[in-house]
Amino acid sequence: MSAPLLRVRDLAVTFPPRRGNPAVRAVEGVSFDLAAGQTLGLVGESGSGKTTTGRAILQLQKASAGSVELLGRNLTTMSGAQLRGMRRHMQFVLQNPHSSLNPRMRISSILTEPLLVHRPIPRDQFAAKVDSLLEMVGLDPEVRNRFPHEFSGGQRQRIVIARALAVDPDFVVCDEAVSALDVRTQAQIVTLLADLQTRLNLSSLFIAHDLALVRRLAHRVAVMYGGRIVELGTAAQVYENTVHPYTRTLLDAVPVPDVQAQRKRLRNAAPPPVFPREYDPRHPCVFGEVHAESGTPEWHEIAPGHNVSCRFWPAGMTPGQ
Amino acid sequence: MSDPFLKVRGLTAAFTTRGRDVQVLNGLDFDMAAGEAIGIVGESGSGKSVTARALMQLAPEGSSIRLGGSVTFQGQDLLQYSERQMQTLRGSQIAMVFQDPMTSLNPTMTVGAQIDDMLRRHKGLSARPARDRTVELLERVGIHNARRRADDHPHQFSGGMRQRVMIAMAISCDPALLIADEPTTALDVTVQAQILRLLLQLREDLGMALMLITHDFGVIAGMVERVMVMYRGDIVETGPVERIFDAPEHLYTRALLAAVPRLDAPEAKP
Repeated sequence: MSAPLLRVRDLAVTFPPRRGNPAVRAVEGVSFDLAAGQTLGLVGESGSGKTTTGRAILQLQKASAGSVELLGRNLTTMSGAQLRGMRRHMQFVLQNPHSSLNPRMRISSILTEPLLVHRPIPRDQFAAKVDSLLEMVGLDPEVRNRFPHEFSGGQRQRIVIARALAVDPDFVVCDEAVSALDVRTQAQIVTLLADLQTRLNLSSLFIAHDLALVRRLAHRVAVMYGGRIVELGTAAQVYENTVHPYTRTLLDAVPVPDVQAQRKRLRNAAPPPVFPREYDPRHPCVFGEVHAESGTPEWHEIAPGHNVSCRFWPAGMTPGQ
Repeated sequence: MSDPFLKVRGLTAAFTTRGRDVQVLNGLDFDMAAGEAIGIVGESGSGKSVTARALMQLAPEGSSIRLGGSVTFQGQDLLQYSERQMQTLRGSQIAMVFQDPMTSLNPTMTVGAQIDDMLRRHKGLSARPARDRTVELLERVGIHNARRRADDHPHQFSGGMRQRVMIAMAISCDPALLIADEPTTALDVTVQAQILRLLLQLREDLGMALMLITHDFGVIAGMVERVMVMYRGDIVETGPVERIFDAPEHLYTRALLAAVPRLDAPEAKP
């Protein structure tokens, strides 16, 4: 098997103590691989560490431990200059299409900016590139001289995507890229992203709180809680053969557009159990392993490619249930 | 025959910004029965939130709203009410819960003081009984150590707890109609489920009517008996919730429902 496009190992981010508050371990022990052309969905609730994970992978947030290898090169140990050279391979599609486009810049300038920074092509090809980018995201190249405010939310999100793709990256991080959009626009952008990924063999980390949306786009899904991945597998494994109780709780809470099913869900919505943060590796975990003795990570393979953490299991719950 | 609980006829709303009028509601007609739960669903710009604001005669900050038509609530035409009469009605007869409780809670006052205030103003309670009732209300919406937490300020609550406080305030004067405008949109999905469940229980226990405004078909599905679908200031379709989901008639409703991502239906994947 060839090396993955992106390899993340034991990634951790700790925010230093501030104003009398203790240090916060926002991300801990995050490991996964991402193959070329694949989408990994990263889901979790606010404070789970999913956005920080995305930023740490792009080196927009300093990791306190662990490694991030893109195209076989370790980003965490690179100098600033080396990292700048790597930035054209990885791009960020931001959350808010209203604030992430400079209102004073014309679309052509917005799309040319990354080309000026990274110089992937000679200057005399910039204009043609701008037109092809606009076409690629389904916009008429004639809009190149307009300003962001002349576009709808969905069109602006297309421009944000075009800008990220300007330097032909291998990997993009989409952080809640479609969350602010109306449902029909959202569906169109998701279709566009899926289509672009196939055409460009692009890999992406798709961070979102909407589990149904992630299901549409992700090949593999990682569920985060308390700064750690608690379950990772193919979309079908995580959604249909759910093992971790936190994943179960999340899935059960998603409102479904089906009257009978949703009424039943609400009636049965028990308060979520407590997912304990304390963990003692000297005691047998829910899978019966004493990690202090075995020295293995707190991470168990349930089926090929389907892994579950033995942390955050509510008292009395076991994997067999 | 007696008037329905709420009867809206030819309701129009226009905003005046920079001297120009923009019509956002094009003459809505609908009724609501006492105790009924109705959902208004639509995309941004459909007029669903303006409909709620029009009923409450609340204009968004910095704008003025001009209303036309009639809103007959328990036999009274609210559009003929003075602002003073509306102030009495808001909170006591019709209460509203917004998406972001921070915009409707006063950050400088403890949450207890704010609910006390409502009870003293609308129910004429004195300080002690008002606080007792406040604590009862906070307990009712699932806030633990309610007597102590009543002395906390809004920022000391998590998003979900703040929304519970907002709901406690909304139900404090036993409104006949509760309007909830995207009450769970800003919340995490597990918290959302708890808040929706709380709203269902309160409705059952207190018998109040509920108007739930949301863009989320999943949220609306389990909460209401009837749905109105709005598009650009018009109600394009209305009917029992089962019918809207199982056999939508209007093309727009069909398009909306088809676009909703589903947990069990993977697609679009390369």
